[in-house]
Amino acid sequence: MKGFGFSSIKPRVIDYDRNNRTVSEYILEREPSFSLCIACGACAATCSAANFTEMSLRKLNIFLKRGENDEVRRIMNRCMLCGKCTLVCPRGVNTRNVIFITQQAFKKLDNYAV
Amino acid sequence: MEAGWKHQKTLSMPENKERHIVVIGAGTAGCTAAGQLAREGYRVSLIEKEGRPGGKLNSYYQLFPDRRKSEEVRDFLLAEIDSPLIILKPDTDVESIKKNDAKWLVTTTRGDLPPADAILLASGFDLFNAERKEEYGYGIYDDVITSLELEEKFRSGSILTSKGFPPGRVGLVHCVGSRDEKVGNFHCSKVCCVTAVKQAIEIKEMLPGTEVFCFYMDMRMFGPYYEELYREAQEKWAVNFIRGKVSEASENIEERLVIKVEDTLAGKPLKMQVDLLVLMIGMENAQSGLRVGEDLGLDVGMNGFFKVRDNHYGNNRSNLTGVFYAGTCTSAMNITDTISHARAAVVEIDTYLNTSGKELKS
Amino acid sequence: MKQEGKKRIWKEFQKEIPGDHFFFVRSCIRQSFFPGSEQFLIKLLREDLGKDIFEDPRHTTCTGIGYHGDVVPFDTIQAVVARHFALATEHGYKDILISCVTSFGIYEEIVETWKHFPETLEKTRENLYKATKREFEVPRTILHTSDAVYKFKDEIASRARYPLIDRLSGKPVRAVEHIGCHYSKMFPKYGVGGAEFPHTLVGMIESWGGEVIDYPERRHCCGFGFRQYLVQANRGYSMSNSLKKFESMEPYRPAFVLANCPGCTMFMDKWQYTIREQEGKTYGVNGHGIPVLTYEELAGLVMGYSPWDLGLQYHMVQSEPLLDRMGIPYDSKDKYLARDGSRMEAPKNLINA
Repeated sequence: MKGFGFSSIKPRVIDYDRNNRTVSEYILEREPSFSLCIACGACAATCSAANFTEMSLRKLNIFLKRGENDEVRRIMNRCMLCGKCTLVCPRGVNTRNVIFITQQAFKKLDNYAV
Repeated sequence: MEAGWKHQKTLSMPENKERHIVVIGAGTAGCTAAGQLAREGYRVSLIEKEGRPGGKLNSYYQLFPDRRKSEEVRDFLLAEIDSPLIILKPDTDVESIKKNDAKWLVTTTRGDLPPADAILLASGFDLFNAERKEEYGYGIYDDVITSLELEEKFRSGSILTSKGFPPGRVGLVHCVGSRDEKVGNFHCSKVCCVTAVKQAIEIKEMLPGTEVFCFYMDMRMFGPYYEELYREAQEKWAVNFIRGKVSEASENIEERLVIKVEDTLAGKPLKMQVDLLVLMIGMENAQSGLRVGEDLGLDVGMNGFFKVRDNHYGNNRSNLTGVFYAGTCTSAMNITDTISHARAAVVEIDTYLNTSGKELKS
Repeated sequence: MKQEGKKRIWKEFQKEIPGDHFFFVRSCIRQSFFPGSEQFLIKLLREDLGKDIFEDPRHTTCTGIGYHGDVVPFDTIQAVVARHFALATEHGYKDILISCVTSFGIYEEIVETWKHFPETLEKTRENLYKATKREFEVPRTILHTSDAVYKFKDEIASRARYPLIDRLSGKPVRAVEHIGCHYSKMFPKYGVGGAEFPHTLVGMIESWGGEVIDYPERRHCCGFGFRQYLVQANRGYSMSNSLKKFESMEPYRPAFVLANCPGCTMFMDKWQYTIREQEGKTYGVNGHGIPVLTYEELAGLVMGYSPWDLGLQYHMVQSEPLLDRMGIPYDSKDKYLARDGSRMEAPKNLINA
């Protein structure tokens, strides 16, 4: 195929119907408080890792719920599991557990032994 | 309802039975005010342009925050106006109002009323015409409906799309016709957010397998137990909340609606198919009330609602002595606050009439 | 879908379109890429419909390409446009007929700017006088040529020899219409039908017997925009926009695309070639491309003019499948004949050829 010096751009629209949300459903089954998140950002505001890395649990929760798992994989491992997020969440989400379970879910998807 | 609501002559001053108040509008505010006025011994003419009292309450299903049946509140209003001192005139419009000394002469489409000592304007609100937001395709795409139409579906006992099936996915769009410079309504209609949450829960209750999405700009859960209702919607009913405006609705080849929305929290645009799109239409001052206001010379605020004499302690008074306001003709309100506002209007009328009609100092 | 709802919106956005005495200004792209279209428009209005359409040979490009490409400043383009108004005033015309949609947008933008900021109008009068000693009046109406064809669509329908009916099935031909962004998205009140449900091309297709397809990406931009594609590497963005539209309209199997903007017509026609080469995909019935027509070409076809006189042979996607469908007779031998009867070389890499 010919090239003309440019290429088409993949749309960055979140195609909700095409995205796969099984990771989000997996988390919700094991940590029901995940449903309470309102993306207020209190967790991200207090996060130790957010000062120097892209870690933001607020964003990760949204991406998970939309099924945009690639972004989550990239950033997830910056979390140091300090637990400050759980202390401040106004809705009572067990954020640290959400992160644990997410990591578990991705490990399962990648077929690594836990 | 307690038996004590029936008309006891509690606070009536003996002079009141010589006085006649005209209440324009027999909705939530009008009926509450009329009932309280009658309880105090006034004679009331209650004018209503529709065929029956109750206003918009006649169309609602369950009321927030506790999801009690709207019929119960409507029955309360009907009991309020069940008094020999209240003359209800349904199917009646106001044609003109003229002042004669300290009295008001009201001409209606069904004849003249006896001179009134005070006028209470309780003309209520109109819902925003959703066709004006052309991009949502209301009136064009079959499955785009308003929140009022959804209430009617609840009352009918089934939610079906235009194809006759229950919807697999429903989207509710907040702020349609409110907080929107493009349609000329800067104001927030206050109650649509909690209505959307309530309706989302009601849909999930009727159709547990259906996915429900609320597309909001903010979640204005201002009243008692409203925030708790929001929490319940997420926790118990798995309602999804996506923050962002819906830019357009269109139809795809399967005749499902396709909507585009900015997912502000993800920072990306999002598109999805829905089977039913519900527009949470806002409140505007009723055209029927504005016509009366124009005839009388009532000031209208920048937001289209009537201007009250004082925003804090005079929000039942108009710019005209002897003309008072009750309810949503002054601003968007929920039912609880409308009832409180109507009762406050009665206190203002009392004070006005029992100080020999002297000009109230604001 | 409820048609009555659409009709209510169209009624809200009705435009005053004069019926005669037009001062015509040409389009750069149409003259180069769709020469048959502009020729036919003048012929249609002048000869077939007997209208007065006047062209001053001294008129120039509106410099829209330069303006939108950030090369020509706003003051300059105001003076250029004012000069055209001066030419119109000189000949006594009050209604300007504009061939290009971007041009139309620019003329509207300038006149609106003058309305809201009268000092810019004074400045432009001064600039034009200093440069050319000309004076001008602001025209009464600014029209796009698709508005004119829209106005006369019923006359064209009454002369239709080949209405938009599929010869084999007897059903209306189903088509996609595409309105240029500068036509109604900038000033919805100056476009027939407004911004969300524009009616100019829908009205034409429906009067001539066809059926219009509404598909999810109907309102989306085709990606044209001088700034986008001036730099080669950015053309991927332009192409991706058209690609998005094609992907969305594909399930509906449209017989053709009708566009009123020269840029859109050019892009949607030519990108089908690029997409075929780069992505390996063609659209349309049986994998042949979807012919993209201008409204004059469609009007001409419907009225029975030869497709080769209209210039359809210069499109990337050839229209033979559509011509067959409508039952229009043609001879492929005559396609590339020059005026003197000699045969020109046929372009390569055409789709549907």
